[in-house]
Amino acid sequence: MRRHAGLAALALLLLVGCARPTRDDLYVLMPGADGKTGALTVESAGRQAVLDQPYAAARVKEPGQVAAGTVTEQEARQAFGAALAAQPDRPLSFILYFLEARDELTPESRQILDRVVDELSRRPAPEIVVIGHTDRVGPVPYNDTLSIRRAERVRDELIKVGIAAERIRVEGRGEREPLVATPDEVPEPRNRRVEINIR
Amino acid sequence: MARSRVVLSAAMVMAAALAVPLHAPLHAQEAGHVKVARGTVQIERAGQKTPAAVGAAVQAGDVVSTGPDGSVGITFLDNSLLSAGPNSVLAVDRFAFDSTTHQGSFESSLRTGTLAVVSGKLAKQSPEAMKVKTPAAVLGVRGTEFLVRTGDPKKD
Repeated sequence: MRRHAGLAALALLLLVGCARPTRDDLYVLMPGADGKTGALTVESAGRQAVLDQPYAAARVKEPGQVAAGTVTEQEARQAFGAALAAQPDRPLSFILYFLEARDELTPESRQILDRVVDELSRRPAPEIVVIGHTDRVGPVPYNDTLSIRRAERVRDELIKVGIAAERIRVEGRGEREPLVATPDEVPEPRNRRVEINIR
Repeated sequence: MARSRVVLSAAMVMAAALAVPLHAPLHAQEAGHVKVARGTVQIERAGQKTPAAVGAAVQAGDVVSTGPDGSVGITFLDNSLLSAGPNSVLAVDRFAFDSTTHQGSFESSLRTGTLAVVSGKLAKQSPEAMKVKTPAAVLGVRGTEFLVRTGDPKKD
């Protein structure tokens, strides 16, 4: 019964559609900023197109009619200029490293902190998530506390240079999410870190 | 007396529940923030339209619209970036994101206009997590950047 109703609706659409298209839909897959292009499925009234190449496009003039093709980069920029120009800054992630068992940054990481501050100053309404981590030396509860202390240390540095405290969220993951897997009680400088995610 | 009061208040609770539109989310939830706002940009929430400035929060259930001179860019909590050009209407139908597991779901509808999308952690974690709809199509997102234009050509 539903199928019959659907067919009747489709027939009606085709009749009406012959006069002029009811829609002017365009779907375009863009190359990813990281050089990788993903994929997009476009489904309209049971018909589907898979876009998986840069600038692959699908046009839908009527529901159920999906015409696959391509557009040029210029065509995409022209049709979507204002939307592309309004894209927010890409979220960025930085990693700062700490001296063993302390909440003091390595000298190299102090310089990265300067870059973070510079990037934040250019962003409208920035949001910052600071996540502390430790290596596996010491008991789990000790590392939970240490990871939060490290994240708070970085937060305090950001506040000191003028970033509003309410924009910063602090989290500690202890030794649970190592960058480099190690057995317990093995010192690993690469895991003694704080991630700063900004967007 | 006490009993009739209980019955009455139960009736009032039911009436209040029925008064809530069926499509409204049960718990409004912060989904993202406006990072770019040019020209006329409005956020409609629970029937109220307010101008959207940079920094404004966007919640699940909101409808964001732009005027003929408007454009808007929103960064969502999972790092998805959605930006719309002029004469666009974008509804945030559903947004849930667990920042630890990166699981959840994100559904939005472009009712008319133009939209540029950079998908975020939700689409990366699960190909089913992110969907963008238009009146004519449903888009499935496999971690990607894409553009959407939808509308009635007679109005253009």
